[in-house]
Amino acid sequence: MVDFGGWDMPVQYPAGTIEEHLRTRTHAGLFDVSHMGEIDVRGPDAISFVNRLTSNDVTKLVDGQAHYTALTTPSGTVIDDLLVYRLAGDHLLLVVNAGTTDKDWDWISSHHKGESVKLLNASVEYCQLALQGPDAESILQKLTDLPLSEIKYYHFRPGTVDGVSGIVSRTGYTGEDGFEIYAPADRAEQLWNKILDAGDSGSPTGVVPCGLAARNTLRLEAGMALYGHEIDETTTLLEANLGWICKLDKGDFNGREALARQKQEGIKRKLVGFEVTERGIARDDQDVLVDDHIVGKVTSGSPAPFLKKNIGFAYVPVEFASVGQEIKIDVRGRPVGAQIVKTPFYKRAK
Amino acid sequence: MANVPEDLHYSKDHEWVRVDGEEAIIGITDYAQNSLGDVVYVELPKAGDKFSTGESFGSVESVKAVSEVFTPVSGAIARINESLADEPEKVNSDPYGEGWMIRVQMSNPGEVDSLLTAAEYEDFTKAESE
Repeated sequence: MVDFGGWDMPVQYPAGTIEEHLRTRTHAGLFDVSHMGEIDVRGPDAISFVNRLTSNDVTKLVDGQAHYTALTTPSGTVIDDLLVYRLAGDHLLLVVNAGTTDKDWDWISSHHKGESVKLLNASVEYCQLALQGPDAESILQKLTDLPLSEIKYYHFRPGTVDGVSGIVSRTGYTGEDGFEIYAPADRAEQLWNKILDAGDSGSPTGVVPCGLAARNTLRLEAGMALYGHEIDETTTLLEANLGWICKLDKGDFNGREALARQKQEGIKRKLVGFEVTERGIARDDQDVLVDDHIVGKVTSGSPAPFLKKNIGFAYVPVEFASVGQEIKIDVRGRPVGAQIVKTPFYKRAK
Repeated sequence: MANVPEDLHYSKDHEWVRVDGEEAIIGITDYAQNSLGDVVYVELPKAGDKFSTGESFGSVESVKAVSEVFTPVSGAIARINESLADEPEKVNSDPYGEGWMIRVQMSNPGEVDSLLTAAEYEDFTKAESE
């Protein structure tokens, strides 16, 4: 067990990280992600308030839809990345990272400027379980009357799972199809055990409980950013390849001007994916070298169990950011060859 | 419960030593491989490299982490287990057998006597995991 944003969490379950990772890609994996924070925003100005603080366009959401977005600073860097769920025209749920929940709460409440909204830090009231993988739908369908096949990607429905009321959302952080289930915190154990049973846990093709290590390798293969690694208060959304969540034309929001300026002037450094081409594993915070000069830093580096390669993300100056560019990673004093590749590293077959 | 063979010597850094004449065969313990998880990469020194007691001779990497490994005895590397380059998982499946790491020509074979016995190592790991 390790401390993660104030929560005691398992790095891995008995199956081990590699098996947890592979099973999620081929069958199903279950993740207890109750550590994620939930901030409830209610009131007639809920949409305009959140739209002013985040980069994606909240006005585009319909009831039952969610999107990926960021809480931005005035300079276009990232306070946190999050999901915004539209429960109703006057009710949004923000799902934020565990380690940043308190910071986000302070940021959001201090930026409240008389809009008619009521804010509630509801993090401790919710549990969140993520059931991910190609078998996720058939497993979860055994426990709910919700017509899961009708729920589209990044959509959700309120309903019951094993009699427990909550929200079932077709979202995830693994690159697989799957669901995230939000329910009252005191029902976490019941849902966890029921999903494992319904998924024939224990069988070699059944659902497997997954820890933090597999959560990290799965999201990395799928090319998704992790707060504190690829993005933080020093990286702008454009540098992090998150221009697709910067809706510069939606009206004013925190950081809009800075991002518009940066878009016009061009970025100087960029987040890239790389594959190690020699023996060795790149790790977080190692230096990136070109012609023996340090030009950047690895933000996440790890073996990729499904691809059977060693991969990572790094920030490099734009002149070294093209696909095919050869770089070296300083692996504890040993320069190891790597090449910049397209991301995501892994994309599931549709 | 981790496997701790009677006939080996142990370090507090979780290496084991099997004495074979003037040479010491060295690997990591069952307890260590279990705490590391799936081993995906092992970095070892070259034959002829010299190490003194407690020095790092390489590293073992799991998906999540890198751990250094230390020589419990001083001497020169006689051989390394080259098969670990392609099959690092042997460190998990057979830590005291096919998962061995290095063979050291000991410069002071008496050093082995200061290492832990199997019973002492078992007590040590119990105390560590409490």
